[in-house]
Amino acid sequence: MTSDDATRLRGYLRGDGRKGVRNILVVAYLVECAHHVAREIAFAYRDRDVHLIGFPGCYPNDYSLDMMQKLCTHPNVGAALLVSLGCEGFNRHALARAIEDSGRPVSTLGIQATGGTRKTIDAGIAWIDATLPWLAEQTSVPMDYSELVIGTICGGSDATSGLTANPAMGVAFDMLIGAGAATIFEETGELIGMENLMASRAARPELAPALKESVAKAARYYATLGYASFAPGNADGGLTTIEEKSLGAYAKSGQAAIDGIVKPGIAPPRKGLYLLDVVPDGEVRFGFPNINDNAEIAELIACGSHLILFSTGRGSVVGSAISPVIKVCANPETYKRMRDDMDVDAGRILEGRATLREVGTEIFDLVARVAGGERTRSESLGHQEFILTYKSFEPLGPSCLAV
Amino acid sequence: MKLSALDNVAVALRELRAGETIRVDGTALCIERDIAVGHKLAVAPIARGEVILKYSCPIGSATRAISPGEYVHTHNVESNYLPTYTLPT
Repeated sequence: MTSDDATRLRGYLRGDGRKGVRNILVVAYLVECAHHVAREIAFAYRDRDVHLIGFPGCYPNDYSLDMMQKLCTHPNVGAALLVSLGCEGFNRHALARAIEDSGRPVSTLGIQATGGTRKTIDAGIAWIDATLPWLAEQTSVPMDYSELVIGTICGGSDATSGLTANPAMGVAFDMLIGAGAATIFEETGELIGMENLMASRAARPELAPALKESVAKAARYYATLGYASFAPGNADGGLTTIEEKSLGAYAKSGQAAIDGIVKPGIAPPRKGLYLLDVVPDGEVRFGFPNINDNAEIAELIACGSHLILFSTGRGSVVGSAISPVIKVCANPETYKRMRDDMDVDAGRILEGRATLREVGTEIFDLVARVAGGERTRSESLGHQEFILTYKSFEPLGPSCLAV
Repeated sequence: MKLSALDNVAVALRELRAGETIRVDGTALCIERDIAVGHKLAVAPIARGEVILKYSCPIGSATRAISPGEYVHTHNVESNYLPTYTLPT
């Protein structure tokens, strides 16, 4: 790393001391009944860093409230507009209070109280028009790698993912950790079969059984539901079993020691490598742990991730609300077909045109540029996918994080 | 490409055609059917129930005997954890 890299990182300083690499205004619907109104408010500003997020359910749920609080006070977020129907179970008061306490501008519009669809859309647009100039006045300050949190995920995997993009992202993870960043890998359902290898990388002896148990929990959960975290396209791409998919997915974590386990909404306490345990605790409730890739991305972001590294072999196109997604394409054929969607061509490794280290370094450099403001492909194309569903978690066990 | 010395399968780095003969670590293998990039073929005789090793890691068990050069996928391997779901054809 050169001193140039360190000065390239820029962040917006927030009240809690964290810095954001974007200055997003989020519009959040608090029940599906408010989704259309929120979307209409945000639509006109979709090219101006106004992102739509929300929760569809009408029943209260501690996890979804915590997720929304962490997302609306994420360092990449500068202000939040909440859109409520008025009778839903979501605790809008607690959410608005958490945002207000963080020092961010927040407004809650109740559709019933405001007088229906048209009046609420007009009120929302007026609030955004008044708030955007205030956000635009904020200036970014230099940011250090030690203030950066990076998440990683793979989606639309095929047999090339584990050969090129995932190990290259692992190289980038090792470099980021070396530079002082906190990094998070995830999806314990896609680490089934890797539990013993992973436990051997525990930074502390008491962490090893907790790593194994997190994967065993995932195996139990998916067994009850009857399906592994394995899509038909994975098999079309040459992956035969969940443990073969896991082998590739595991390579994203690089070579560093594993410093701890976090759960959705819990930020890594310091630099290093952390496993995000995404599978709910307790009996099987509410269905599949994460119904698609964006559900996992939202959880990585709720853990404070400023940027997401996303590897794909079959060719996923998704981005995300709140944090930029860097797309690393594993398969050279997919890259030729879908290059407009891809930030990094890791298939060059398979073709002998680049080494793992070269592509890993390219990803590391791109992280610095994106953190400095450069737009990723998915950002430029307007991708702002978001999904949040029901879950339930118990607090982290005592061995998950170093004291 | 064989990813580890212990492995009983190799990964196709280019599309392989039925009938062609390739060499993997000095062993000649006759390809029985077309194999796409990233897909696997056996590089040793594999007995029914034997563990499939890729990168020295178990990725499942053979559901029937597999000959060297034969395509290795969901038709002759199953997970030791959770079944693999594919779309009905």
